[in-house]
Order: sequence, then structure tokens, then C-alpha cells
Amino acid sequence: MSTPGSIVAGFLAPHPPHLVYADNPPQNEPRAECGWEELRWGYERARRSLSDRDFDVIVVHSPHWKTRVGHHLLGVERFQGLSVDPIFPNLFRYHYDLRVDVPLAEAIAAQATEAGLTTQLMRNPHFRVDYGAIIACHMLRPQWDKPIVVISSNSAYYDFSNEVGEAQMLALGEATRRAIEASGRRAVLAASNSLSHRHFTVEPAIPEDMTHEHIYHHGQYLWDMRVLDLMRRGQTRQLLGLMPDFIEQATSECKEGSLTWLLGALGLPGYPAEVHAYGTVIGTGNAVVEWDPRRAAPATPPPEARP
Amino acid sequence: MTSPTPARPAGLPLGLIVPGKPHPLLAADRSPHWAALRDAFAVAAQRVRQADADLLLLYSTQWLSVIGHQIQADPNPEWVHVDQEWHDLGAIPYAFRMDAAFADAYQQAATARGLHARTVAYRGFPIDTGTIVALKLLDPEGRLPACVVSCNMYADRAETLVLGKAAADALQATGKRAVAVAVTSLSNRVFPEPIDPAADRLSSLQDDEWNRKLLEFLGQGRLEDVSQLARDFSRQAHADQKLKAIWWLGAVMGQHNRYEGDVLAYGPICGTGAAVVALKPAAKAAAAKEFDEEDVEVFRGDRSVLTPAAGEGPAPQPTPAPPSPPPKPAPATSAPVMAAGAPAPVGAYPHARRVGDLLYLSGVGPRQAGTNAIPGGPIRDPDGAPRDYDAAAQTRATIENVKAILQAAGARLEDVIDVTAFLVDMDRDFAAYNAVYAEHFSGIQATRTTLAVTALPTPIAVELKVIAVAPK
Repeated sequence: MSTPGSIVAGFLAPHPPHLVYADNPPQNEPRAECGWEELRWGYERARRSLSDRDFDVIVVHSPHWKTRVGHHLLGVERFQGLSVDPIFPNLFRYHYDLRVDVPLAEAIAAQATEAGLTTQLMRNPHFRVDYGAIIACHMLRPQWDKPIVVISSNSAYYDFSNEVGEAQMLALGEATRRAIEASGRRAVLAASNSLSHRHFTVEPAIPEDMTHEHIYHHGQYLWDMRVLDLMRRGQTRQLLGLMPDFIEQATSECKEGSLTWLLGALGLPGYPAEVHAYGTVIGTGNAVVEWDPRRAAPATPPPEARP
Repeated sequence: MTSPTPARPAGLPLGLIVPGKPHPLLAADRSPHWAALRDAFAVAAQRVRQADADLLLLYSTQWLSVIGHQIQADPNPEWVHVDQEWHDLGAIPYAFRMDAAFADAYQQAATARGLHARTVAYRGFPIDTGTIVALKLLDPEGRLPACVVSCNMYADRAETLVLGKAAADALQATGKRAVAVAVTSLSNRVFPEPIDPAADRLSSLQDDEWNRKLLEFLGQGRLEDVSQLARDFSRQAHADQKLKAIWWLGAVMGQHNRYEGDVLAYGPICGTGAAVVALKPAAKAAAAKEFDEEDVEVFRGDRSVLTPAAGEGPAPQPTPAPPSPPPKPAPATSAPVMAAGAPAPVGAYPHARRVGDLLYLSGVGPRQAGTNAIPGGPIRDPDGAPRDYDAAAQTRATIENVKAILQAAGARLEDVIDVTAFLVDMDRDFAAYNAVYAEHFSGIQATRTTLAVTALPTPIAVELKVIAVAPK
């Protein structure tokens, strides 16, 4: 009998291209001097934290692959190409070469379809993988030695309501978990959204000039801290209850559904999350946060306490 | 001195509204609606050929930007594109020509109007599906270069209007003729599940009704009325990016209703409202509705947001002061306008004077340039004895003189916004004057005041005093 699969870690893994730009990896054409260290070092801590666990695949839910007719998943084994961020082409022109775990993608799609969601596998080999997925995966695993699964961001929040979107994303998360468990894979999940998400609409002449970097307004910051506090306390059910207000009042990118998908996949974790970093990028609030399911396991009582 | 009349004037001989979804390009044979839209694109492409334009100027709601507005300036973008939603329809190889010089001019014009704008020219830049579909179908032979500007996701009406006006500035500055293309859906509600293409329909009756309301206006050439309706439409019909593309198009084309409108096709694409509409400048306007929306010339938005406090410097202020308002620009006055085609002034005044975008014309009558002859005859002989005269002919000649002065200042009769008319004999001449006036001004709808006066400086019966709006 095969070993059931599992989620070995779940991350809130935001995707500002500025982080890759400031890291200067060989795949990215533009060069930077520095910038956004809190978040980049937070990703370093996340990678270190992950180094004590082996895993087979990264499953990422990406706000920058936007779809309206259901939830789409990459369904081609390998993609190579150049990803240019349409918003920050001056910062992100990244040459990617990645593998996709197509059987797992198909299994997730099947489970989601079973749960009543509309799904579609993306089989076009000329497709350009979205930069959000690439950035999140690069920051979590720059070696690119693991295959990935990419799930699109469906617009149910926009086309219907936050509540409809939340319900779909919870169902999609649960379907993802069931597929992973059935597959025998050990998976890392990455929800690639920011927290508060009001951008500046201008950019400094030197993009990494940190004298200009700050939260867009204090209300966003207060909301971000409230949300992070709930995560650190393990109060994700309360967080979910606040999500519609957070989305509307902080212009949160949680409206793309990634975080709710992750919480659904993790079964609305009641254990504390580890906030590796919080920082702003052109006014938006971003955090690198880890949920380690081992923290959910009941602690083994010490020998002297056993009956 | 009279400005020479360009043989081939700059500006916009044609405006188009087209949908940006890939179905008419890639899958027209699967649905009669998509086929009809493709056929309408073909008609629009023919109009583009006839427009004798230098470039296609596009605003696409599918190219979203955050940092101000971006303008495509890669002279030869080339790629194989796949839509992120409709990837199952196939790939679209493209190789376009962009007018990089015009992109620079547009960027400069936008900056001059207070916008944050930049050009982008990067290999592999992901040109959006809407732009690709529009260029492929409107200019299949690739005859014209293009200029494409992004849709800022935060931009409101004011910012988008200013962006449109900047495009008009750039056309004026470069002397180029463009076909302006708004790439947008009308209602933009997609069915959330796959559909049978042959049975495609509008996603709701309400969306359909609102789309038809807009199209009725557009068919009458009432672009500015549709621009004014955009907010209501967005609230009711799930508009594509708040219908910003219509705001932009209206501003590029002059913010009025003087068009011949032609709705070439309307139908669904997966539930959204898709229309191909052509708008050609016309002499006469449909009757204008009352406009409620504000007009804006210069953007004064949140551009100081990068600065933590009011000013740069090491000492932060305890309470950030609001940014100082930009200094009020001095009125941009130009040299007095003298028109060789108009009668010589009878005093120390020019034919016209410009203040900013406004042209103030001195009072002008029917006298002929050079000869001072009065069409329709003088109202009295050299001895002061009254003579019979033709008030209609005098009015007609007066209006021709107004046109000559406007032309010398780079404007047209259609730009007139206010007229003050002076008649020496209201009872005798009003009817004739009024009829001739209507022949020329009924489509323009300038405000007017008509006064009776005891005399005019020369033996004429009619004089007009005019104000026009004519951006430089």
C-alpha cells in the first residue's frame, strides 16, 4: 500500500517582481543594487525552514493567471521562455525553464470538478507561464529542481461576490488536499498574494531607492497587522470571517483567492503560523508566512506523564 | 498672416470601438455571432484603408498598468501569443510595427498634462490579446504602424480624459492622422462555465438592454453622451474596466457628438457585449444631452505619494502638510491673429486673440477682404441716404469672414462656442439673418445673443462677435 501524500508546508508567498529584481538571479535581465531586504531575507528564512523537509512538488495558486471560466491548471510537462512583467518590465524579464507535475494537476482538476467546480487543463505549449507563479516559485525554491503545479485565479470574487469567491476557494483548497493525499506526493503549497494591495502609481527613478518605500496608508497597515496577528495566533477561522472586510477596506489581494485556497487546503489551521517577514512593495503590504502542519500534531506527552 | 491650410490635415478621420476577445479572430466559424463580428471587423478594416491615416492609435482595456500609463514603443514587437483564458482557441503569432516616434510624442504630451507616463520597448513584452486582435483584424496587411497605450487600473475618469487629450495633443504636435481605436467590451459578464458557441447569448437581459442603449446613441454619433453615461452603465452592466476606453476615445476625438455613427455589429462573446462601431467626424451634431460630468485639462492626482512628508529632507514633519497646489499657469497667450482672408480692421485691433485654448474674435461684418465690398449692398449710400440691401447675403458673408479668421488661428466654425450678433434693424433683418445663421450653426449649438444696435462702424447691417475653443 502506497504512503498517502501530504502537505508538508503551506506558505503565503507574495510575488512582487521587485524581490527577484533585487536578488539579481542569473535568469533575470535587469540588475539591482539592493532593496526590499526584509522580504527577501524573510524568503531566505522560509527556505531555511523548509530545508529540513523533503518534498516532491510545489503547488502555487497565482493571482496573475486570471481566468473567468473556471479554475485552470497548467497541463503541459515543460515550459521554457521569457517572462516579462507587463507592469514592471523594467524590473522583471526572466528566462524560465520549469517542469510541471501534470498528473497531480489532473488529479486536482478531477477532485475540484467532483466538488462542483469548473476546471480546465491548459494544454497549449505556447502558453506563457504567468510571472506571479514564477516569482513565488523562484523565491521559495530558486534551484527549480522540483516540478510545480500552477492554478489560476478565478474571478468569482469580482463576477459574483467575495462570499461566492471564498466558498469556491475553500472548496478548491479542499480538493487540492484530497488530490495530494491520493497522489502520494509530499507537496509545498504557495498562496501567492499580497495582503493590503493599494499601489503607488509612480515609481522612483531608482526603483530600489528605499527612502520612498512605505505603506500606502496607515489603514492598510492596521489591517495587515490585524491579519498577521490572527495568523500568528492560529485563528484562521476568525481570519476567514474578516476576509470580506479585509478585502474591501484594505484593497487586499486576498480577493484573488490564494490565501483562502491555502487555508482550505490546510483545513483552516488552528496552530500558529510563522511570520518570516512583513514589508511593503510600492505601497502594498506583503508577508512571507509559513504554516507547518507538524505544529498541528498533538504533542507526545513526556514519559513521566504517561499512565 | 494667414496660416497655410494643410493639404492633408492632422487629426482623427475615424474612431472605432472594437471588442478585444480572440473569438472573432480564432474561432469565428464556431458561432454566427462571432462570424458577424469578424465580418464587421472586415468592414472596419476597409474604413481604415479609406481613412488615409498615418497610424492606428489604440487604448486597450486588456493592457492593465499600475505605474501611470505605459505606451508601447518597441518598433517591431514579435511573439507567439496565447490568451490566458482562451488558450484552447490556439496561438496567435504576430509581428507588428509600432510608431516609436509617436509613442515618444504621446509620452511627452501626457507628461505635460500632469500624467505619469512612460514608453516601454522590451523584447518579449506581453502585448495583450485585445491589442493583437484589433491590429490583426483592422489592419490585416500590416500597412500602418500602431501606438498602444495601457489602461491604468486606478485611473478614474479625470485621468483617462486627460490621457485622451494628450493623444490629441500628440497628433497635433506631430501633424499625424490617426484612426483611434478603443479596444473594449461593453458589458463584460462572462458565463462562468463553458458554453456551446453556436448558442452564445448576452449574459443577462439587463446587460443587453444597456448595451443597446449605448449603441443607439453611438449609432447617432453621440459619443460624448455615451462617455457621460459610462458611470451609470458600469453600475448596471458590469462594464469592461468602467468603460474607460470610451472616456479615452471621447477625449481623443474632441468631446462632442458631431459624428456619423455606424454600428457595424453587436453580439455576444461568451456572454459579454461585443460591438464594432465606426465614428466619422461630421458637420452636424445630434442634439446634445445635458452634461453632468466635469471636464479636466490637467491631471492633479496622487502623484506626490512617494514623498513621505510634504518635502524632501531629513527632518520629518510631525503632521504631513498637504502638498502645495501647483502654481497656476499663466494664461498662454499667443500673438494676435490677423487673417489675410478677412476684411481689414477699422481700428487698432487684431482679428483674434488666443488665451490658452480659447480664441476671442473681434467683431466682424460682411466686408470683402481687399475690396471692402459689401455683399448684399451697403445699408446707406455715401451721402447717408438709406438703401435697400440683402440681410441674408450680408449674414452669409459675415460668417465666411468668421471662418477665415478661425482658419487663420487653426480652428473651424465647429469650434465656436459663443456668438454675439449685432443687427442694425432687428425688425427688418432678424428673420433673414436667423435663417442663414441656422444653415451654419444648427449642428454646432453655440450659445448666442442677438442685439439691436443703432449703427455699426461701416455701412453694414450685421456683425458677429465670436468665442471658440481651439486647443493649440
